[in-house]
Amino acid sequence: MRPSDQLQSWGRYPRTVQSACPFFWSTEQLPQTPGRTVLPFGLGRSYGDSCLNDENVQLLTRPLDHILEFDVENGLLRCEAGVSLDEILRLIVPHRWFLPTTPGTKFVTVGGAIANDVHGKNHHRAGTFGCHVTQFELLRSTGERWLCSPSHNREWFAATIGGLGLTGLITWAELKLRRIANSQLEMESVKFPDLDEFFNLSADSDRRFEYTVAWLDCLAGGKSLGRGIFLRGNHAGPEVKALAPHRPPHIAVPLDFPDVALNHFSIRAFNTLYYARQWRKTVAYTVPYDRFFYPLDAINHWNRIYGRRGFFQYQFVVPMTPDQQSIRRILTQITASGRGSFLAVLKTFGAIKSPGLLSFPRPGVTLALDFPNHGTGTLALLEALDRIVLDAGGRIYPAKDARMSPRMFQESYPEWRQFRQWIDPQFSSSFWRRVTTAI
Amino acid sequence: MRQVIIIGATSAIAQALGRRLAGEGARLMLWGRSLEKLQIVAADLRARGAAAVELDAFDFNEFTCHPDALQRARAKGDWDTAIICHGSLGDQTAGEKIFADAEQQFRTNCLSALSFLTVLANYFELRGGGTLAAISSVAGDRGRQSNYIYGASKSAVTTFMAGLRNRLWAKGVRVLTIKPGFVDTPMTAHLAKNRLFATPDKVAGDILKAINQGKCVVYTPWFWRWVMLAIRLIPETIFRRLKL
Repeated sequence: MRPSDQLQSWGRYPRTVQSACPFFWSTEQLPQTPGRTVLPFGLGRSYGDSCLNDENVQLLTRPLDHILEFDVENGLLRCEAGVSLDEILRLIVPHRWFLPTTPGTKFVTVGGAIANDVHGKNHHRAGTFGCHVTQFELLRSTGERWLCSPSHNREWFAATIGGLGLTGLITWAELKLRRIANSQLEMESVKFPDLDEFFNLSADSDRRFEYTVAWLDCLAGGKSLGRGIFLRGNHAGPEVKALAPHRPPHIAVPLDFPDVALNHFSIRAFNTLYYARQWRKTVAYTVPYDRFFYPLDAINHWNRIYGRRGFFQYQFVVPMTPDQQSIRRILTQITASGRGSFLAVLKTFGAIKSPGLLSFPRPGVTLALDFPNHGTGTLALLEALDRIVLDAGGRIYPAKDARMSPRMFQESYPEWRQFRQWIDPQFSSSFWRRVTTAI
Repeated sequence: MRQVIIIGATSAIAQALGRRLAGEGARLMLWGRSLEKLQIVAADLRARGAAAVELDAFDFNEFTCHPDALQRARAKGDWDTAIICHGSLGDQTAGEKIFADAEQQFRTNCLSALSFLTVLANYFELRGGGTLAAISSVAGDRGRQSNYIYGASKSAVTTFMAGLRNRLWAKGVRVLTIKPGFVDTPMTAHLAKNRLFATPDKVAGDILKAINQGKCVVYTPWFWRWVMLAIRLIPETIFRRLKL
């Protein structure tokens, strides 16, 4: 094992140096790492440092890519933790099954999806990924293997879902799949001029559509504050016959963009054009699932457009209030700063509770957006946003964070004290060391 | 339906081959050393669509076990293809100092492969046809100071297979020598990766294509044919001075 700076998170910040140790067989024991901790690392799609373990060891889990059992009748899939959602979809879609919920990229592993308790456009109907995990095996540094499920080792089950990979290594997991009639989505794209209209659309759409999400123009202020395009969809009915899984991406960003490529003007132009592209109020299409769920997966290495310095993704949830004052304040602040980027995503979370102890989603409204890393200016803005989020009783998604203060984390995740007892003594992460520093 | 015996079925290239064959609905017989690992691989290949997957764990370095394994396989039905995939990179410097170490590397990479080739060649000859493929290496094309023990063991496999091909041509048995370059597998996990590394899936795709086309030798990825040609053309008087 040589220390290397090759492993990065998706936001490519911070830069860390760690040893990488591939984990080849789920029947093996964890490697001995005297004086150093380990952290499972799958496909590295976490944005910040929750998948990094600076100056320590990363356990590469991608070799754990075996499907162990696929019950085609009942839609139960048991697979090793390094299997990606991409691989699962290619296997299950031809048998008319789909993931119970999926994040915005299919290039994540099952282990990572559980450890971050990821959510998707159907959170209001399905809850988080962890809600559909029926059981998994947890390998501890003591050599013990624990079968965890809602009825078996329940506390370990709860701690590991959303447990950021700290409770031990998930070797395999079993998921309950969702029936589909075909591989197509019937979607509608609805333009909305401001935030009030978003909330109206959202309340109406959540009743009628399984999947809802909105793209937001985070540079438009004043009367246009919170304008955007609302996307909603349902799996197509049995009259549609297509049943093809997706194809691998064929476009890639070959190298880092120069730092000047993304500036206030280019981003504003993109956002304005994106909003203006749709002329009519509502447009309906039938599209393959890949286009609906994973538009960014079509471009390999899209994170390179932010250049060598990387970027921050900021995702928070705040409870809903009648006047939606906190989300308005945050948007106003982002707009005024002019630092926002494209790809701002707005969605309302539903009330389905995750079994996960540290799980991020809770009822309310969530916004996710990218900020190119422009150093202290960017960090100061995010600090200011933190204060509004905290005041509103909200919190930040650890899977996307690289910079929140220990105080921010400890106040918004009071469960962390209880969670500590479930951490495996051989496991740690850069994120965990950072946010649990004494305040 | 193809009916394939995969020898060394838990290796990365073998697993990639197995997945492609499973996707085509093939019947598979997996030979390996570890029952635990074979069971994981078998479950995976069943889930990915293989018509049937059998497995058999035994000690590859105990050559007398090889004919027995074939007997057990024949009891399960007919087989038209066999692909030998096992091997280990070995420690060149250890083998330079202590011959017992080099001897062990020869047993694993060369002698056990030759034993399997003998047993399977006779089976296919008797059967009146079939495809016998084995993974050799570009390293066997010329001895170099950095890995001549591994290279020599693979070079013996290549030469042995050339002879078999010649012997069995008239009997309808096709013999394919596979020469991969660097492949990103557990065998090379300790090496820093660069653009020359191919994925096991890419290599598996090349192997199956070569089997379908009835080729004699396949370099994978393709450019190694030309790289190795250039390396073989360097005169020994110059080659001996190079740091390769």
